[in-house]
Amino acid sequence: MDALINALYSIPLVGLVFQLGGYIIAVGPNVAPGILQAATPVALAALCGVMCERAGVVNIGIEGIMLTSAFVGWYAGVLLAPVLGTADLGPFGANPALVVALVIALVSGVLISWLHAWLSISVRADQIISGTIINIVAVGLTGYLNNLISKASPNGAGAFTQFKPPHELTDLPVVGWLLGMFLSQGPIAMSVIVIVVIFQVLLFRSRWGLRSRAVGEHPRAAETVGIDVIRVRYRNVLIGGVFAALGGAYLSMEATNSFQQEMTTGRGFVGLAAMIVGRWSPVGAFGAALLFYSSTALGNSIKFARPSGDLGTILVGLPAQLYDALPYLLTIIILAGVVGRSIPPAADGQPYEREATA
Amino acid sequence: MWSIVALPLISILLALVVGAFVIVASQLVLPGAQLDLLLPVTAYSALLQGAFGNFDAIVGTLASTAPLVLGGLSVGLAFKAGLFNIGARGQFLLGALGAVAAGITLAGSPSIVAIPLALLAGFLGGAAWGFIPGLLKAVAGAHEVVVTIMLNYIADGVITAVVGGPLRQQGRSEAITPDVGNAALPIIIGSTGHAGILLAIIAVVVIGWLLFRTTLGFEIRTVGANPDAARYAGMRPRVVTILTMSLAGGLAGLAGAVVILGVNHLMTPSFGTTAGFDSIAVALLGRTNPLGIVAAALLFGALRSGATLMEILARIPKELIDVLQATILLFLVANPVLQRLFRLRGVKSGLDTTETLTKTYSGEAVVQ
Amino acid sequence: MFLSPFATEAVMTIEAAMTPEAPVIAPALEMRGITKRYPGVVANDHIDVEVRPGEIHALLGENGAGKTTLMNILYGLARPDEGVILLDGRETTIAGPSDAIARGINMVHQHFMLVPVFTVAENILLGEETMAGPIFLDRKEAHRRIVELGKRFGFEIDPEAKVGSLSVGWQQRVEILKALYRDARILVLDEPTAVLTPQETQEIFAVLRRLAQEGHSIVFISHKLYEVLDIADRITVIRRGKVVGQRLPSETDEDDLAALMVGRNVQLTVDRGDSKPADVALEVRGLEVKDDRGSVVVQGVDLDVRSGEILGIAGVAGNGQDELVEAIVGLRRPSGGRITLRGQDVTRASPRAVNEAGVAYVPADRHRFGLVLSFPLADNLVLTDYYRRPYARGVLRNDQAIEASAQERIREYDVRTPSATVRASTLSGGNQQKLVVAREFARDLALLVLDQPTRGLDVGSIEFIHRQTIAKRDAGTAVLLVSAELDEVLELSDRIAVMYRGRIVAIRDGRTADKNEIGLLMATGGQARAAAPVAETGPAA
Repeated sequence: MDALINALYSIPLVGLVFQLGGYIIAVGPNVAPGILQAATPVALAALCGVMCERAGVVNIGIEGIMLTSAFVGWYAGVLLAPVLGTADLGPFGANPALVVALVIALVSGVLISWLHAWLSISVRADQIISGTIINIVAVGLTGYLNNLISKASPNGAGAFTQFKPPHELTDLPVVGWLLGMFLSQGPIAMSVIVIVVIFQVLLFRSRWGLRSRAVGEHPRAAETVGIDVIRVRYRNVLIGGVFAALGGAYLSMEATNSFQQEMTTGRGFVGLAAMIVGRWSPVGAFGAALLFYSSTALGNSIKFARPSGDLGTILVGLPAQLYDALPYLLTIIILAGVVGRSIPPAADGQPYEREATA
Repeated sequence: MWSIVALPLISILLALVVGAFVIVASQLVLPGAQLDLLLPVTAYSALLQGAFGNFDAIVGTLASTAPLVLGGLSVGLAFKAGLFNIGARGQFLLGALGAVAAGITLAGSPSIVAIPLALLAGFLGGAAWGFIPGLLKAVAGAHEVVVTIMLNYIADGVITAVVGGPLRQQGRSEAITPDVGNAALPIIIGSTGHAGILLAIIAVVVIGWLLFRTTLGFEIRTVGANPDAARYAGMRPRVVTILTMSLAGGLAGLAGAVVILGVNHLMTPSFGTTAGFDSIAVALLGRTNPLGIVAAALLFGALRSGATLMEILARIPKELIDVLQATILLFLVANPVLQRLFRLRGVKSGLDTTETLTKTYSGEAVVQ
Repeated sequence: MFLSPFATEAVMTIEAAMTPEAPVIAPALEMRGITKRYPGVVANDHIDVEVRPGEIHALLGENGAGKTTLMNILYGLARPDEGVILLDGRETTIAGPSDAIARGINMVHQHFMLVPVFTVAENILLGEETMAGPIFLDRKEAHRRIVELGKRFGFEIDPEAKVGSLSVGWQQRVEILKALYRDARILVLDEPTAVLTPQETQEIFAVLRRLAQEGHSIVFISHKLYEVLDIADRITVIRRGKVVGQRLPSETDEDDLAALMVGRNVQLTVDRGDSKPADVALEVRGLEVKDDRGSVVVQGVDLDVRSGEILGIAGVAGNGQDELVEAIVGLRRPSGGRITLRGQDVTRASPRAVNEAGVAYVPADRHRFGLVLSFPLADNLVLTDYYRRPYARGVLRNDQAIEASAQERIREYDVRTPSATVRASTLSGGNQQKLVVAREFARDLALLVLDQPTRGLDVGSIEFIHRQTIAKRDAGTAVLLVSAELDEVLELSDRIAVMYRGRIVAIRDGRTADKNEIGLLMATGGQARAAAPVAETGPAA
């Protein structure tokens, strides 16, 4: 067996692929939880995208919503920690200040989404420009406030911690590493899986899902059967805001315990790409986000566990920036390859005018 | 005339009011800060002084206006073709990188050779970064908004890798490139007024001429207004898309080159820019029209240039400019509301050239 | 409550008391003094209409007369500036479609209000969902009810079929089922026959008569005189937003109605005179074209169009006509076969090359293809030859030449506009189409391709465009006309080709063609069998 593997590995070029495959299988269980962590904010951004675009509203302001919530959640923690205290409540390292701050972060996400909803649904502005404005507002406001606040270098309310599943579960053959991937997580990362499943089922089997999809495909048809198109669109954009806010909060309240200027670094946009690759379905978008971030997790893993042989020499020799840029590169490549075959909701991005004018 | 400037002016004034509100409100949020209701006045007068307070300040404003004109033209030109270039930032960085690479190489050559070649390198660097999204949009239908943003982040990595690698000056402890020497732009007014100002004016004339006097400009505008009709009329939307995106990238690259060759003269890995969002704001406030872009660029050039003094005198972070910028755009886009509020009739928002933006979002490849 | 057409006597319940003979019963629907103003136009000007229980009431009027606005008001899609709506004698306000549906008013819109990617069941359920619990849909129960409802009205329908894959006739039935699923008492149909063959029209009429017998009130909107005379119990004629008359079918005829509808005595058909066909201008051999999804939609088409003749293509929309035309003008690359123009091979020529070879093209969708609405008229008039002398000198535009030629063509083609510098979007539909015609007709042509040239236009513009077309033919141009309006094809064509599922199934002489025969060919392709119940569904869902 070993002899066969060694023989395969030594074939020029093709051997490298085998080496890479072998390496991925070897480190897979260890990096799997990391993939889900890296993918969490992007998956939530993608779910926000699905929620909005299924109802016909393009939201490129997701990045800005995430950034705002990341800031608000962190800073609410700073302000609340002395008031509510940071006594450990038990699971996930939650404390009163942290939990209330998370709620405030979600509310801030809904409020910013409201601005986008108002501009793109009520004012009927161009939705891409509206989203861009959201992004500029978020960068400006959080940068401005962070600049003022960080001079005092305040202490936050901490961060959510990961659950440690019992060894009996993660040591199970075959499924053990999957269980580990989904259970060795903080509350926000874990909630993604729950949201994905519920969202997928509701979108295709419930009355809400049927109406949302109708509004995104043919709003006038929906209106003629008595559905309030404007209301459905508002509702979905606001719910989407909760998802995006959760993704932002993840960055400053679970992955780290602090806020950095522009800490979302394009994850909102990568989320949109994941949504397109996942063909506007929650499960698909989630899968695409995982795919995008496998590369980053692999890049990280190479630093700690260098692969053996030629592969190791090549991978370690590549500039570090390449690994950071991999999700962006993958986004472009997959977008270019997939988008032609991925069909968006028919009324995606089209403002809806209630009263016919002729 | 009033019908054209009314909305932008009202938007700017309202944004200043909102900015004042933000300044006051932020004191309330900060723990232990004293409430100073006059702080906005202090801040705005410092801003004004920093932008126009004396001859040097005015020249400084002009110098920071020049790249914004080029960036605004970049985004504005793309808008005319129905493309949203959020990638001005990445194109700017690549243009700067091209200019610095060429400048270092030609540092010892005569300026008459070094400057044009370094500018050309900057243009080509940006054009390359614009060509990619143009090509992907035309051939594969990948929306330029997502692609250009991804390219922005990739540009950051490229800058870090190249300045820390091949272009790094030997024998220095920190990563920094050598000086561009003779490729630096000459100073033509005051102590900081580099020749990039002249270049920006030339670019305005050339782009205006291209758009409105030539048949190619007609094709660009037709593709932007109605790509199906353009195809019906025998134009080639794919070619026009790729060409316009490359040209737009080149203009943003030129902006980067102007900053490197006119101001910095060398590059560090942290070389960053606010040119991306600024260019979008300039193009929208200037209604994608070359002359409007000049006026809008002057405004934002003044804001950026005056922000430094504001930060020193009033201790207001310069990110306030981002807030002002976003608020101006917000009011511009919410123009139906403004029109009702201020009883403006017959006033045009001028944003209708951007009608096709969202329509082509995640759509099919450009029809051919 | 669903009423079976085969057991009408048994279910004469509430409606039984409301038969037209009962004098004291209030009309099912009355609209009084309805006025609706849009900027610059009064769409409805104090309109009074009254519909009795069990009546088929026709609203007759030209395109743009205000019929659709009136019905949008009834359906809550638009709000009247003045006037009241009474149902069964009681005044009602209808704030939105849900109000209308709750009061038993349902509408079948001219442009179907169906979601193409949804199944039949999803479309019918939407807004009136059959639920299993508070959250989830009960698809099984819904399917059972839809199948049952369909059977009662004599059509078997697959609730799982994707609506986008159904023929227009079947989509029409889905729309009617949608209304019946909601227990419609008053059913409004807006131009329901516009896209149907004569046979499909008769089938729909049969369903409507059955519904009326059961006491449903039906408002039938149309501009087709003979159809209105055929189906209606009473006819109200609307012109420029006003009611100009009311007639019983027994007391009137087509000429009377036409005069009432247009406001002057009109010649219903343009005299096309004799054609003098010369050499073959367009020769199509074995043409095969694929649609955007890659399925073959034009198959083995052979066509000859001679200079000086009009060849009309009749067919139900979606039988490959669009793709055929697009292939001829260079917008779509054929996957097989050959197209020759005056002996020159143009099979793979670009739109510009085809244009330069002397082909003009009036597209079906003038907003999408024919015009740039945000551009001035002058720019639109040079959309296809802006790069040629005298409109361009090298790479530069020649604005004087563009403006001068615009003035001339606007005059010549009677485009009503204040100037050549206004945007095309400010013109009425008829004038926009005249603008397209002014651009396309104003040069020497080898071939003129017209796709739905008069869809949605007023009678005056239709007449103008028909006359110009015949003038072009008489000047020796070959004309290829595609229209979903069989009447238009019959009126203009010297020869008629019938297209069915991507093939030309018959060619008839324009003078002797029989309308019913052509209609049957359009519907069945000439095979003596009924159309499949769920046509070309394929693997649905």
